Amino acid sequence: MKFSESWLRTLVDTQLSSEELSHLLTMAGLEVEGMEPVAPWFSEVVVAQVLDVVKHPDADRLNVCKVDIGRGEPTTIVCGAPNVAVGLRVPCALPGAKLPGDFTIKIAKVRGIESSGMLCSAKELGISEETSGLLVLPSDAPIGQSIREYLDLDDTQFELKLTPNRADCLSLAGVAREVAAIAGAQVMPIVVADVPASIADRRNVVLDAPDACPLYCGRVLKGVNAKAATPEWMKRRLERGGIRSISSLVDITNYIMLELGQPLHAFDNTKLEGVLHVRMAKPAEKLLLLNEQTVSVDADILMIADDAKPLAMAGIMGGEESGITLDTSELFLESAFFAPKAIAGRARRYGFASDASHRFERGVDFGGTRRAIERATQLILDICGGEAGPVVESMATLPARHPVRLRSARASQVIGMDFSPERIAELFDGLGLNFVRDGADFLVTPPSWRFDLEIEEDLIEEIARLHGYDNIPSPAPRGKLKMQVQPESIRPAARIRQLLVDRGYQEVVNFAFVEEAWERDFAANEAMIRLANPIASQMAVMRSSLLGGLLSNLITNLKRKQNRVRLFEVGRTFTREVEGKPVEGFAQPWKLAGLAYGTALPEGWGRDGRKIDFFDVKGDIEALLAPAELRFEKAQHPALHPGRSARVLLDQAEIGYVGELHPEWVQKYALTQAPVLFELDFSVIKQVRVPVFELVSNLPPVIRDLAVVVDQSLPLEQILDRLREVLPGLVKGVQLFDVYVGKGVPENKKSLAFRIVMQDTQRTLLDSEVDAAMQQLVSCLEQAFGAQLRA
Amino acid sequence: MDNLDQIVSEARAAFATIADPDALEQVKARFLGKSGQITELLKGLGKLPPEEKKVAGAAINVAKNAVEAALNERREAIRKAALEARLAEEALDVTLPGRAEVRGGLHPVTRTLERIESLFGSIGFDVADGPEIEEDFFNFTAMNTPEDHPARSMHDTFYLQNPDGTVADKVLLRTHTSPIQARYMKAHVERYGQLENMPEIRIIAPGRVYRVDSDATHSPMFHQVEGLWVGEGVSFADLKGVIADFLRSFFESDDLKVRFRPSFFPFTEPSAEIDVAFMGGPLKGRWLEIAGCGMVHPDVLRHAGIDPEKYTGFAFGMGPDRLTMLRYGVNDLRLFFEGDLRFLRQFA
Repeated sequence: MKFSESWLRTLVDTQLSSEELSHLLTMAGLEVEGMEPVAPWFSEVVVAQVLDVVKHPDADRLNVCKVDIGRGEPTTIVCGAPNVAVGLRVPCALPGAKLPGDFTIKIAKVRGIESSGMLCSAKELGISEETSGLLVLPSDAPIGQSIREYLDLDDTQFELKLTPNRADCLSLAGVAREVAAIAGAQVMPIVVADVPASIADRRNVVLDAPDACPLYCGRVLKGVNAKAATPEWMKRRLERGGIRSISSLVDITNYIMLELGQPLHAFDNTKLEGVLHVRMAKPAEKLLLLNEQTVSVDADILMIADDAKPLAMAGIMGGEESGITLDTSELFLESAFFAPKAIAGRARRYGFASDASHRFERGVDFGGTRRAIERATQLILDICGGEAGPVVESMATLPARHPVRLRSARASQVIGMDFSPERIAELFDGLGLNFVRDGADFLVTPPSWRFDLEIEEDLIEEIARLHGYDNIPSPAPRGKLKMQVQPESIRPAARIRQLLVDRGYQEVVNFAFVEEAWERDFAANEAMIRLANPIASQMAVMRSSLLGGLLSNLITNLKRKQNRVRLFEVGRTFTREVEGKPVEGFAQPWKLAGLAYGTALPEGWGRDGRKIDFFDVKGDIEALLAPAELRFEKAQHPALHPGRSARVLLDQAEIGYVGELHPEWVQKYALTQAPVLFELDFSVIKQVRVPVFELVSNLPPVIRDLAVVVDQSLPLEQILDRLREVLPGLVKGVQLFDVYVGKGVPENKKSLAFRIVMQDTQRTLLDSEVDAAMQQLVSCLEQAFGAQLRA
Repeated sequence: MDNLDQIVSEARAAFATIADPDALEQVKARFLGKSGQITELLKGLGKLPPEEKKVAGAAINVAKNAVEAALNERREAIRKAALEARLAEEALDVTLPGRAEVRGGLHPVTRTLERIESLFGSIGFDVADGPEIEEDFFNFTAMNTPEDHPARSMHDTFYLQNPDGTVADKVLLRTHTSPIQARYMKAHVERYGQLENMPEIRIIAPGRVYRVDSDATHSPMFHQVEGLWVGEGVSFADLKGVIADFLRSFFESDDLKVRFRPSFFPFTEPSAEIDVAFMGGPLKGRWLEIAGCGMVHPDVLRHAGIDPEKYTGFAFGMGPDRLTMLRYGVNDLRLFFEGDLRFLRQFA
């Protein structure tokens, strides 16, 4: 909420400086978001009247003016403004005046004629961007008065960022009340006298929805001049309150809203038929609003209607047809209390906001409904003239204000410092809260303007707030000590990240909503989870894979000439799953994905510049999961090259994929090389085995090499599997150390060389045992794969 | 015996001219070989009478030792020279870069999250996690945010479509990490609720959260860290103590001011915003909002099945993105989510 500081100071008597006031409000929970002087600093500018205007003899566009500055003899000023005219009252900067932009006025000759000052535009004074000539002042502006004083320019516009619980501060009177409570100052009350009826005209109001609207005051006014000008002081206060001046009647209702916090509405009384009803909307009801939007109102919208038609969305916005215009002379003025629950969220549903709904949905003081209509009536009669009928007040049951019990000991315990009942009483008194003491307890009856004092904690908050959060101690934390359990079989996520970092990967964080094309291309997602309200079309689908984000990062970095890219991300992915946990309908597993592109090693001297390939990344994955033994099976994945990708298995369970990007996507995304990608289930990677001791042999192992020739298409894994099945116990390890294709090996065949390690923990192996074992291996390979020993 | 001295100096002179180990051995033969001069002299001893033999033998041995010493000295010199030559030849330009893989790096926000986890871990906070597609109930209702609260507006919350294209009304993208509070408390009560004295809850819950907002200072996805401490006698003063301790530890500085300012959240009461101001550096003296916090609202405790009369607690939610920006001087939030290596490598 914005407001004029000088207006506030007419309502509360405080000597605090602007800065002190701002700090105090902020620390009381009314955050001051902005403090702007309403005009830049300038001096020696007064109200002046133009007495005479004569064309400058030597300059077409200049005039020589005689000006009364309220100091005896008229003074001569050369002026170039097109709108200068005899009789106008305008601001005049006297010699010696300092204007915004570090500009000093001096007596000077202008084309040979001495000019003793300058007549000013609003722009020259820094109070408006308008450049349409001199700032014309009202004809009653006192000649010679400082313009700063006359226009109240030594004022500051405050802007409060109010939390939704503090609707009571959405008015000057409310802020004044708060300042009084926290600064120990006196409120200077706005005196409102009832305006007696001078005419008998009245219109009855029926409360058909008494829970939603339990109080409605209405009054007919006749003979009103809607074209009367709004007084300058009111315009200023409105403008500094962030509200544009529109017409006197609208301005007056807005002024009351700013001053007292009560939104008002004025109907053109001649457009109303019969009795007014405050009722819920009828089926298929439509209304053309003041903002020229036609809405079909839902059944839970509270309406103001007459016997024939809907007139307004109560507390939200009036209807266009029953609204006032400059030709209106007969009004029906509304001041009502609409329950927050009946208003909350409604305006938003129709895509707009109004100052009225903003206040009603947070809570308007129902103790001030009548006062507001009397105050508004008086201002209308004063400014626009006319006569007022009696106030017709319809009332049902107002919101209950149940006493809330506050225990002093509880307050002390929750806040963490001792508060005596006397101190609490003092704080409550300062806020103007009504309470009854019951031993060390207080029974507090919340005032009609507070909608946030319903339970004991609400009162504890008031105590803490008024005492000052700064004055609450901040002791070292105390708690019961307990060891934190970190299961040895689970690796911390940080450890896994670090492993990848050590292997050259850079972590990234990408948005969880992605382009639909990525989900199609890289995940073949048939059941996409779309956002109902995406921020942009390329962020419309929840990702089921992290790969798209990494590829997009790759493309970004290639554009920036980063030619060797290794990235990883750890994040949740999202798929539809009926049995999903913990949220039904969705699976949200954590995944780890990586991408590698460019050379296998960083480019530099003494390197062959080999491009990264499948096996480099496979090695990273093996290292990441070591000592667990992984299996890699040829597999199909929508993102990956079918001949150069694999499913990764751990203990027979699939934990992810690795492979080169599919050539189709390499082309589509305009890459010059295929990146190698992987995506793994993160929760599985976290699991590691707790080591189990095995006896270490003191005896030397026997190592034999074995080379066999097999079909080129035979996967190594099949050979190893077969060997594992038949291996005698003394064979401790079989390791492939060479793959050879070429001269000496028949076409479509390959030579595989294995190193066989044999050992017994108890005794030295006999040559005959070793030979037998080797023979067993060879014949097994011969039988299973037609392998031949390589000479 | 002058002859002997001559042989020795002859040998020394001969050795000194030689730089090649094989040549040296050949020259050696001239003096110490089978028919070398010294050897010949020794052979001649037999012809001498015993008296002379003894004296002459001793003299020849002295000369022999001298020749051998000169030889060894020369061998060593040649070996050393050869070594020097080899070392010079093998010398590398040690200023050339190393050849290994270069290290990657953690995302700056991960750095911050790890530090936060470790700082809170040091005073007994466990780490909790929760779903990002969250139930409306946990995100709002359990956090005491009634149906029509402004925070539920379509303007703030991302909603999802059902497979048929309608808007799903029971789920959303979580707008804060606070629902983890509700989930954790519920699980804690299910586990320990039957005990007379329930163990304290002390957790932090980091994670990604989502709001419909995007400009220089807002990202539609960002990070939050939720904190929660529920136990007997936990107070607002304790909250101030923990947060002040954390901020000084996180920024590794006592040179900062922390202030708590009354605010409003539906799920805490009393509530506060936490501002920090640095005493030096580019942001000197400015109050910067870094977290919201407060005492857990009794309704939130009740929702989880915890008796607010017996247990009280505090909760806070802070922005690790903001903390990272302040810690390292990053000036644009969007950089965190662009994957630009030139930016990210600075945090390696």
